Amino acid sequence: MSPAARASGRIAGPAATAPGAGAADRLSRLLAMVPWLLERQGVALEEAARHFDVSTDQLVTDLELLFVCGTPGHMPGDLIEAEWESGRVYLGNADAIARPLRLGQDEALALLVGLRTLADLQGVEDSAALEGALAKLSAAAGDAVAAASSVQLDLATGADTGVLATVRGALRRTRRLRLRYLTAARDETTDRDVDPVRLDSRDGHFYLQAWCHRAQDVRSFRLDRVVTARELDEDGTPPADVLAPELDDRLFVPGQDLPLVVLDLAPSARWVVDSYPLEDVAPSPRARAGQEGPWLRVRLRVADDAWLRRLVLRLGGAAVVVSPPGLAGELASAARAALAHAARVEQ
Amino acid sequence: MAAAQRTERLLNLVIALLSTRRWLQKAQIRQAVPQYAEARSDEAFDRMFERDKEELRDLGVPLVTGAADAWFDDEPAYRVDREAWELPAIDVTPAELAVLGLAARVWQQASLAGPASRALVKLRALGVEPDDASLVGVEPRVRTAEPAFGPLYAATRDKAPVAFAYRTGSTGETARRTVEPWAITSCYGRWYLVGYDLDRRAPRVFRLDRVASGITRTGAGATEPVPADLDARALVRGRTSAPAERTASLALTGSAGAALRLRAGAPADAQQVEVPFADVEELADEVAGLGADVRVLAPPDLAEAVVARWRAVLAAHAAPGAAS
Repeated sequence: MSPAARASGRIAGPAATAPGAGAADRLSRLLAMVPWLLERQGVALEEAARHFDVSTDQLVTDLELLFVCGTPGHMPGDLIEAEWESGRVYLGNADAIARPLRLGQDEALALLVGLRTLADLQGVEDSAALEGALAKLSAAAGDAVAAASSVQLDLATGADTGVLATVRGALRRTRRLRLRYLTAARDETTDRDVDPVRLDSRDGHFYLQAWCHRAQDVRSFRLDRVVTARELDEDGTPPADVLAPELDDRLFVPGQDLPLVVLDLAPSARWVVDSYPLEDVAPSPRARAGQEGPWLRVRLRVADDAWLRRLVLRLGGAAVVVSPPGLAGELASAARAALAHAARVEQ
Repeated sequence: MAAAQRTERLLNLVIALLSTRRWLQKAQIRQAVPQYAEARSDEAFDRMFERDKEELRDLGVPLVTGAADAWFDDEPAYRVDREAWELPAIDVTPAELAVLGLAARVWQQASLAGPASRALVKLRALGVEPDDASLVGVEPRVRTAEPAFGPLYAATRDKAPVAFAYRTGSTGETARRTVEPWAITSCYGRWYLVGYDLDRRAPRVFRLDRVASGITRTGAGATEPVPADLDARALVRGRTSAPAERTASLALTGSAGAALRLRAGAPADAQQVEVPFADVEELADEVAGLGADVRVLAPPDLAEAVVARWRAVLAAHAAPGAAS
């Protein structure tokens, strides 16, 4: 049983959000699967597995579980009948759960809020399909419709609408784009020709995933940092084997050969922990009178000292370089130089 | 393995509750579901059953509580409302189902990922295959990194007043707030709670990452109904994007300050730029990062805020002993 249990979370997506979420996900699948199978006696195992987006092994494990469940008494005549030896699935004695279960409140709400968010991003999707889905889901969702208005996602972004329209057009027509792009981490603007792969919107920012001819690799471009975008009269099909990475928590993983920097962060600088890939985070021995909350000590790999210098300077004392000592000295010099530069003007 | 057993228990429980027309008392349910034999004591069974009930309700199972016999017995009894059980037969098209899939993926990295993907699986029972052809490759996503999201989302859904410690951005002070939640909304990558602040006797907006404690429900009923014309997003936006009414004048060295040049609409080699801004502290962070490549010409409060940051950096790094 145990390998099956381990596999049972497969369709749940990345986040098992609560203990037992695996059981809940699997139960909903079973309750959806039984009515579907009852209407399609003799359907091929593979087809059923594909429809529910699970492996055939998982489907067989599910059928094995159905096979030992049933109405109280649990005598042979009370149990669900399931047969799949021939590669075709037959199900019987499952009248109690022959009808598909309605959506739960959170389930309906998650989809409704998602649909409304898509509707807000006007022109993003086929609007007839979007409106149809919204109307039909609202009809099926019952009480959740009212609750759904209490959760709102505002993805209106800083992206220039002209840039957005150009990028979308190039995606639709598979055209190459010429971008003037601000790389904030290096404090520079560059011109690049890119072949668009996909447009993502994450946490209120649009990102264009594209094959960058300059880098000869897939790059992620935040649209509010695109200064100008122009569609070129050239085919923009990215190389065939290009897979834009899923925009997950980290946009890049720093190389293990890069130098390690140890930083202490005040509570007000805690956002750094969520914004950059860190090797580890621990409580810091640093505690100062008058400071609320504990400091953190983090270790990170730094490719570019200039980037780190800008980060620490902007944090104004809320970040302190613990090591390497040379870097701490450099920061003292940078601050001293900045102060001297400012003082010259004042006089 | 525990999960598989739990699924089996929940499925047997659902079938037991669905296959009877009578109300079932707890003792009868304990007998009807073989997996409850694992419970070694009444307390253990009660805990198991309470959790199972919650879980079934979360999944949308219309579990109703009543009394087995209204006259002689006040022991609660349970059944499933069969009328309410069924997913309405909505005739979604393949293109609509594809859009629903996209809507579910909005939550892929957020705390509603589980419910969203379960909803999709349930819709699969309708027997339609999604057709992705109409999707043009835009994939919105949100995250819910703030620990307060889960409890505040649930409280908003249930219209349950809550109390929590909250750190005010402008003063840095932490105080207990009691709020009737109206809406929860994401803007520029952050989550906000909009609600009626019972201490301030006025509507307020709270940033979830500034909640400095757990969330407790007060147990009181809501007294201030959600205004019919509530526009939570406008309230939050009004708070986050104050109009850039002021202008900073900055001298830049070389090509430094690319982002500032961009916002100022200045050429890449301009020596002096005029940058519109709203929040001195925010701009001061950005300017301070440039170090000796920048000089604030005006206004004075910006110059002071920037210099204060550099002094603090110097104080923290000047003495070697300060770094441990």
